[in-house]
Amino acid sequence: MATSTTTVPSAGPAEDSRSFLSRLRNGDEIARIITFLFAASVVLITLVLVLQLWHDSSIARHKFGLNFFVTQVWDPIAEQFGALPFIYGTLVTAAVALLIAVPLGIGAAIFLAELAPQKISDTLQFFIDLLAAVPSVIYGLLGVFIVVPLMRVYIQPALKHSLGFLPLFRGPAYGVGFFTAGIVLAIMVIPYIISVSREVLLSVPRDQREAALALGSTRWESTWKVVVPFARGGIMGSIFLALARALGETMAVTMVIGNSPIVSTSLLSPGYSIAAVIANEFTEATSQIHLQALIELGLVLFLLTFILNGLARLLLVLTAQKGSGMGHV
Amino acid sequence: MSPRLGWRKFVSGFMLTMTGVCAVVAVSVLFFILGYLVYHGGASINWNFFTKLPVPVGELGGGMANAIVGSAKLLLLASLFGVPIGFFGGIYLSEFSNSTIAFVVRYAADLLNGVPSIVIGIFAYALAVLPFKHFSAFAGAFALGLMMIPITLRSTEEFLHGVPRALREGSMALGASRWRTIMSVVVPAAYRGIMTAILLALARVAGETAPLLFTAFGNRYWSHGLSEPTASLPVMIFNYAISPYDDWHRQAWAAGLVLLALILIVNIFARAILSRGGTVLR
Repeated sequence: MATSTTTVPSAGPAEDSRSFLSRLRNGDEIARIITFLFAASVVLITLVLVLQLWHDSSIARHKFGLNFFVTQVWDPIAEQFGALPFIYGTLVTAAVALLIAVPLGIGAAIFLAELAPQKISDTLQFFIDLLAAVPSVIYGLLGVFIVVPLMRVYIQPALKHSLGFLPLFRGPAYGVGFFTAGIVLAIMVIPYIISVSREVLLSVPRDQREAALALGSTRWESTWKVVVPFARGGIMGSIFLALARALGETMAVTMVIGNSPIVSTSLLSPGYSIAAVIANEFTEATSQIHLQALIELGLVLFLLTFILNGLARLLLVLTAQKGSGMGHV
Repeated sequence: MSPRLGWRKFVSGFMLTMTGVCAVVAVSVLFFILGYLVYHGGASINWNFFTKLPVPVGELGGGMANAIVGSAKLLLLASLFGVPIGFFGGIYLSEFSNSTIAFVVRYAADLLNGVPSIVIGIFAYALAVLPFKHFSAFAGAFALGLMMIPITLRSTEEFLHGVPRALREGSMALGASRWRTIMSVVVPAAYRGIMTAILLALARVAGETAPLLFTAFGNRYWSHGLSEPTASLPVMIFNYAISPYDDWHRQAWAAGLVLLALILIVNIFARAILSRGGTVLR
């Protein structure tokens, strides 16, 4: 891959005998060194970022230890910091988002990859790409003024009426809360699931479909029982990518989750998320320990997304190899 | 036709229709967003919006001129910082690197790309706000530039890889040095792809709010120079949307419409560049 271009012979057998200085005069060596510095700075920046987060949260990490993750009291005045409500809110909203976004996203990806004619598929994909470019503050804006009133007046009362016997749908309908944040997040991550899953489905070798159809399966059976299982790893990868996005999403969630550190089994309850509390309190944190606690939350968020992104990339690479391997058989 | 086959055909038709419904629902969200923004924001866009400063609470009118200029400043500075690192780093990966270094750099870039934007904000705060003890356009641009690096780097590398080897060999056979070959043959051949990637990176960070909250912060007046707190459209939208004032809500919608229109236009333009002349690459 990367080495293919470096093997272009530049000076033949004389290469070894040429001194470093003469290569330098040629300019190539200078160019190599300078571009190397640029490339190395990317690694450096990333390392510094991780070390900075680690270092700047050290006092909070030592003071609170593992209690940070299991206690509920977040009181900057009393310097009590328990992050459970934020972690809970982040995980619950992401779970709601995935429950909605995964079936919709995979369904749409199947349509784009398997069913729609090339031209329609490309046009729809173009709109999906534009959708992915919509900034999160715009989703927040629509969330605040369109989704929240809609939830408060129609959807949440209806949910309480029909499913109120479940502990999931109890309490007053505020409009804001876990459920609303989850829905807005779902809308935001659907484009990622569609784009990546569509690519993966398109890379499934054609003979897989043909074999299934030749054995007498219907179009849906060949898709659902042959093509989708073949692409399963890659689709899982797209879901992990979407999950990582959902966990780290800040603005839209901050605007619709209600910003109250509550741990509640009811999805209608207002809540809080890791990213939202950082966004709201970071500039107002006056004590060092408060700032450190917020940075520790940032570190938690970083580690979560780091693991998920890593898993996603691994799954996508493995699926791509499987696809290309089969194609050559 | 046996009833069993009939049932299977029915299931097939039904499920395939449902996938179509999913696709339509997903795409229609874009038109809902555009429709609501035009409906609520269109009426509030006027000459004042682009030329006036925000007015104090309670007074009607005013505009977001400072936020528009502020956003432009931040994006220009961010590109000056992020694009060279991504571009030259990408050249190194594609043209000079051995596979171990390339793997490490690529890994770091992917990692950076996945960092949530709010965490980028924390990092920029620690590096570019704390040491100087004030919010500034520099700090905001640093945060946005960081987010541009991985996109620019990976796409520069990818598009340079797409340039046929014969072009490089031809140039070097004519006696051009490696660097000369890269700058006057390889990069021009991949020019459209790289431009597209840079524009898409720019469009992506143009809407970023979270990394600006505690770096560029915000400002209700003009900011003089680059080391003062600086207003930006996304942060303005956020602050106005969560405020209790109706007049501010109207302006938030207007700003949302302007911001989204700019981002979508850049996106469409960037994709048009790539699709019109991809022949060199294919």
